[in-house]
Amino acid sequence: MAYQLNGQTFEADEEGYIKDISQWSRELAELIAEDENIDMTDDHWEVVNFLREYYEEYQIAPAIRVLTKAVKKTMGPEKGNSKYLYELFPYGPAKQACKIAGLPKPTGCI
Amino acid sequence: MMEDDDFEPEAIKRFMYVNRKAPYGTIYALESLETVLISAAFDQDVSVVFLDDGVFQLTKGQDTTGINMKNFSPTFRALEGYDVEKLYFEKESLEARGLTADDLVVEVEILSTDELREIMAAQDVVISA
Amino acid sequence: MLHTVNKSPLERNTLESCMRLAKAGSAILLIEDGVYGALRGTRAADAVAARMNDFKFYVLGPDVAARGLSEAPLIDGIEVVDYGGFVDLVAEHEAQQAWL
Repeated sequence: MAYQLNGQTFEADEEGYIKDISQWSRELAELIAEDENIDMTDDHWEVVNFLREYYEEYQIAPAIRVLTKAVKKTMGPEKGNSKYLYELFPYGPAKQACKIAGLPKPTGCI
Repeated sequence: MMEDDDFEPEAIKRFMYVNRKAPYGTIYALESLETVLISAAFDQDVSVVFLDDGVFQLTKGQDTTGINMKNFSPTFRALEGYDVEKLYFEKESLEARGLTADDLVVEVEILSTDELREIMAAQDVVISA
Repeated sequence: MLHTVNKSPLERNTLESCMRLAKAGSAILLIEDGVYGALRGTRAADAVAARMNDFKFYVLGPDVAARGLSEAPLIDGIEVVDYGGFVDLVAEHEAQQAWL
């Protein structure tokens, strides 16, 4: 599949993960989120930005367990738990948030 | 202690991943790393060993832009977050390649062949790449 | 003759066989995992250094950089080339032998 934005085409795989991470922009993220029926709030952005920083540092998208633990460490226990993250991203925080963040599918997700 | 063992639902096994290949020239190193990341979800006692040319996987300063491949050396630093904390290097392999602990991207435990042999012998499952 | 070697000399005997069979005056270009053969201070380095008068050794820069060895000491006399230099070497030599 592909996303269309401002007359430009962004290639994605069949699940909607963009193929070229360097093409990511906030605007494209909004569009992917819309596709996922997610209305991006500051709380959503906080997680998406966190994932992008994680990827920048380690070159992988974290598994959900690792994401939860890392969020807890930097944003505190009220956000570093799966209930909070699933409320923001109902179809799986790792998968959905990674997709919006322009990252590949997390390693270890089937 | 005996009573505790009786209530243990499933015994934790000792898994060891043995890396003997240099990165990039073949796909073994990257595939082994991915296997470690995936299996880390299963709460086992995991250790990762680097010997022979496998010690080259963690050299500092890797820049793969010129060969159009992903640089996966930073991912080794994520292993701690995956609760994979036992990284062992064979001292003899490092020395044969003129490398020291200072040349590596993460802090690792450097063991002699004799020490490594004992740890290997105590594993339940050993996966080689 | 231009010889290319793409295996680590610390794992395989590819470079050793190449140096045993290549005629004096040949060029040997180390690529991919073969670049470890250009490193000073390894178990394999002496065998390469000993043949410096017989062969002209080259090593492919992008493969050196990928492996984090850009700052690492190379054996004296080995020349680093980029992809353009690789092409020049191929053009300069009548034949090429790839040691795999």
